[in-house]
Amino acid sequence: MTIRNNMTLSSVEKNKGLAAAMKMEPAGVIGIIRGSGMKGRGGAGFPTGAKWHFAASAKGERKFVVCNADEGEPGTFKDRVLMDEWPDLIFEGMTIAGYAIGAQEGILYLRGEYTYIRKALEECLAKRREENLLGNHVLGNSNFSFDIHIHMGCGAYVCGEETALIESLEGYRGEARNRPPFPVNTGLNGMPTIVNNVETFAWTSAILVNGADWFKAIGTSKSTGPKMLSISGDVECPGVYEFPMGTTVNDVLDAAGCDCAKAVIIGGASGHCLPPAEFSRAICYEDISTGGAVIVFGPDRDMLDVAESFLEFFADESCGQCTPCRIGNVKLLEGVRMLKCGKCSTNCLRDLCALGETMQCASKCGLGQSSPNAFLSIVRHFKNEILGRACTAAES
Amino acid sequence: MKDTNACADDTCRAPVSQRTQVVDAPGTSATVKLKIDDHELNIPMGTTILEAARELGIHIPTLCHHDDLCVAGVCRVCLVEVEGQNTLQASCAYPITQPITVKTHTRKVRQARRHIIDLLLSKHYGECYSCFRNNNCELQSLAKEYGVDFFRFGHPEKPLYEVDRSSYSVVRDMNKCVLCRRCIRTCIDLQEVGVLEAAGRSDGTTISTYLDKPLGEVVCINCGQCINRCPTGALRAKDRTDDVWAAIDNPEKHVVIQTAPSPRAGIGEEFNQEPGTPMTWKMNTALKRCGFDKVFDTNFTADLTIIEEGTELILRLYKNLVQSDSSQPLPQFTSCSPGWVKYIEHFYPEYLPHVSTCKSPQQMFGALIKTWYARMNNIDPANIVSVALMPCSAKKFECNRPEMRDSGYKDVDNGLTTRELAQMIREAGIDLPEMPKSDFDNPFGTATGSGVIFGSTGGVMEAALRSVIEFVTGKKVENFYDHANIIPVRGFEGCRYAELQIPDEVGPVPELIQHLVPNWDWLKGATLKVGIAHGTANAKKVMENIKAGGKFSECHFIEFMACPGGCLGGGGQPIPTSPEIRAARARAIYAEDAAYGDAGKARKSHENPAVLRLYSEFLTNGPCGHKSHHLLHTHYTARGKYIG
Ligand SMILES: Cc1cc2nc3c(=O)[nH]c(=O)nc-3n(C[C@H](O)[C@H](O)[C@H](O)COP(=O)(O)O)c2cc1C
Ligand code: SF4
Ligand code: SF4
Ligand code: SF4
Ligand code: SF4
Ligand code: FES
Repeated sequence: MTIRNNMTLSSVEKNKGLAAAMKMEPAGVIGIIRGSGMKGRGGAGFPTGAKWHFAASAKGERKFVVCNADEGEPGTFKDRVLMDEWPDLIFEGMTIAGYAIGAQEGILYLRGEYTYIRKALEECLAKRREENLLGNHVLGNSNFSFDIHIHMGCGAYVCGEETALIESLEGYRGEARNRPPFPVNTGLNGMPTIVNNVETFAWTSAILVNGADWFKAIGTSKSTGPKMLSISGDVECPGVYEFPMGTTVNDVLDAAGCDCAKAVIIGGASGHCLPPAEFSRAICYEDISTGGAVIVFGPDRDMLDVAESFLEFFADESCGQCTPCRIGNVKLLEGVRMLKCGKCSTNCLRDLCALGETMQCASKCGLGQSSPNAFLSIVRHFKNEILGRACTAAES
Repeated sequence: MKDTNACADDTCRAPVSQRTQVVDAPGTSATVKLKIDDHELNIPMGTTILEAARELGIHIPTLCHHDDLCVAGVCRVCLVEVEGQNTLQASCAYPITQPITVKTHTRKVRQARRHIIDLLLSKHYGECYSCFRNNNCELQSLAKEYGVDFFRFGHPEKPLYEVDRSSYSVVRDMNKCVLCRRCIRTCIDLQEVGVLEAAGRSDGTTISTYLDKPLGEVVCINCGQCINRCPTGALRAKDRTDDVWAAIDNPEKHVVIQTAPSPRAGIGEEFNQEPGTPMTWKMNTALKRCGFDKVFDTNFTADLTIIEEGTELILRLYKNLVQSDSSQPLPQFTSCSPGWVKYIEHFYPEYLPHVSTCKSPQQMFGALIKTWYARMNNIDPANIVSVALMPCSAKKFECNRPEMRDSGYKDVDNGLTTRELAQMIREAGIDLPEMPKSDFDNPFGTATGSGVIFGSTGGVMEAALRSVIEFVTGKKVENFYDHANIIPVRGFEGCRYAELQIPDEVGPVPELIQHLVPNWDWLKGATLKVGIAHGTANAKKVMENIKAGGKFSECHFIEFMACPGGCLGGGGQPIPTSPEIRAARARAIYAEDAAYGDAGKARKSHENPAVLRLYSEFLTNGPCGHKSHHLLHTHYTARGKYIG
């Protein structure tokens, strides 16, 4: 996938941010990240500065920085491009984070399907070690030693969820943990751990170079900075784009070349499906938040096919730990298939929607909590398309 | 009496996602304000919402939660609404560390719980009336509590999985499994055996064994602890009641039953009695009415075990300390728990020479019934059906071991669990609590208090010490321990260690074992060191301590019981189980022991007149002699933990 518009990161000078950080107190670094207002780029949108602050103040013999490069959400591929293009900025960001929270070790958890990037990443790491950007006394700072290694995922989507990722790092089945406590207090091997998205670390390096105010000036008041989006589906130019937070769906569609979209799903398989009437909404945490996936559907797409394919994904990827997600996704999938052949009564559809709401509030982790989103919003916005079939079946 | 919960310490092998998470609570004495429904109160920091609710008598339904186990938070039945949070929270897994407001039964909560139950039922192939857990099933109770009157999301029409009957002890019917994972946590965490694990994902998740092998082919020790904690009928002990009824119905067969001490302390629970209601004498009547020809007390062979095992210990001590012969090494390990025996065969086979060669009381009894008893009563042993009532599922495996045929027949034909006997009693239309009392049958009827306490952790040790102390000092134990209660070895702590000082003044060697040791001079002033472990997780701790040369390696004698609490918490006992229930059963057992004393009856194994008669009439070359070796001792199989 190609890069489609101007990327701020291209102009960020490598390792300048790290050098700047080394001249500050760790608390000062956290202050800058807090000041930038940056929220996590992985989807949940937790304020990065606050997360680091919690980890910095947590007690622990060791602390860990984990870069979440499991990028498994269907329709998301911006982290892959980031790792292809700017691996230094990502490792630099992790190193800065390590300094800020007092960690000695960083781990990049790389999606199993991305094995082909590993070699380049390892080379980048080796070079950084040579240049003393990693290793003992980073850049001559006698108080800070830090190294990074890469851990391969094995293809489970749920391992992108931060606590399941940690379980996987510890060698167990990838399954989400109970929270509280959170990884910032009790993470990898019971130690304070921050887990951040690839993009979050890349922007960290940029913020340290350009300053918090620069970042804050971009985007909206509650969603600061630029955001990478992975745009795919029925558009002329699919690929990775950078937009300021707060850009409307319409503007995004214009840029990617699509004037006849029937629906757009923001946030990938677990995201919300918008009809044209809502294309004026803004992509940002206070309106429609996303980890970066924008999937566009043209006029000929059958929305039940869309719902079916997403639910197939979840019915396959649920870790199987908790009841609502383990069985709920299967039941929703069965329901969509019944809808497709006109065999689902309105009563039954109502039960399925209520089940979807239960899954949203009762599941143990974000996977089950967000897996019904696409289904529920398709039912909401495309009711005629769906119920139409239910009626024909009833008449015949 | 606090039972040990293995997950409280750092040896826990369960994945972190299946454990209580340690909460960074500032100061243990700190409290935090909780508003829950109409109540407002201060609770200790880190208390879970579920614990706080229970304290207040607020009922929150649960399924994957169990008092003995780590928190899992997987079934989601215990959800509650926490003000300010978008999603519902699992109350069992939510430690309170800041002031919160909780509502336990809002519309949202009730709907979510109902949906979860509907979902579970959509995958649960079971018809309650053909299920052994009918009326004692947590899934069934939940369905009732939430008024389930139709299957919203469907119901399986046929079974999906084949029932695994490969094990002598445990039957697994995964069609009834609700994936609460209690069995996994029991096996890996409470017992540290680790036979069961979740395999597959999503809807394809199953509880599996290594390579999905049948349970009979993996390292399962048959302890049955998973059965006791399964909320549904997915796990059960292999049912033998049909065979036993068939024997009773056959007029040619002479059917005898021996009853172990723990079932009588537990069986009342099957008949709506409070835990810890002793049923000994009523059960005897019920057994007779069921049609058993003779009802014997396993305590007889418990006492015999003490004499044999105590003698073996004295011989080992003498060989090691005096003759510098370490062919039978110290410490000596007990061998009466078949779960423990299989555990050590799998996990520490190199330590098998430490295990006492004595058979368990069940198997000693079996061997004597088809020999001595048959001869005395002129019955053809081929026509004797010997049944053992046990609190234990592992005994079912034990009686099928090929080496357990020293009488020339299968020494024990069938092991019955407490639950199975309760079933037979119900089937016979007998109301157990209303039975008149009756005594055990002779010649094995006579027992002592020492035999009774075999049912509890520390009991074998206490019984052995009572006898050894009297053998060596020639004085009454009561001179050293008030009422012969050797308190230092009692209790529920997981691993216990005690030292006993042998006085400088020793007595003469009693007649029974005079041919084995010349005198006690070599024991003058010695310190006898003993250890006790219950639950194989604790056994593992002791074994690791021994391997590392720790204090348990200096012990002379160690009692191991596979089940938490000892036999009273065995895998064949009534369900449910909890630390409180086990403590209540223990009280019943120690009360029976004390009652022997109050009634002026024997409380020490070597005072058992029937045991003494056995040695004078049948095992004429004494304890650990040739005949007793043939009938009462056995050998073990180094199994290792690698399965092909
Ligand atoms: C099912 C699931 C999958 C996820 N996958 C990813 C992922 O691939 N990459 C990612 O950065 N975050 C993913 N997340 C979000 C992470 O749990 C976590 O919030 C994020 O890594 C935090 O980083 P951030 O604060 O920098 O966004 C996923 C969450 C869920 C529930
Ligand atoms: S919500 Fe789904 S993925 Fe998350 S813990 Fe539950 S079953 Fe696993
Ligand atoms: S396990 Fe419980 S719910 Fe299932 S059939 Fe048995 S009694 Fe009924
Ligand atoms: S019987 Fe014991 S060892 Fe076997 S699976 Fe159950 S808990 Fe594990
Ligand atoms: S077998 Fe029983 S204890 Fe184990 S997961 Fe299934 S229902 Fe739970
Ligand atoms: S009882 Fe709390 S999640 Fe199962």
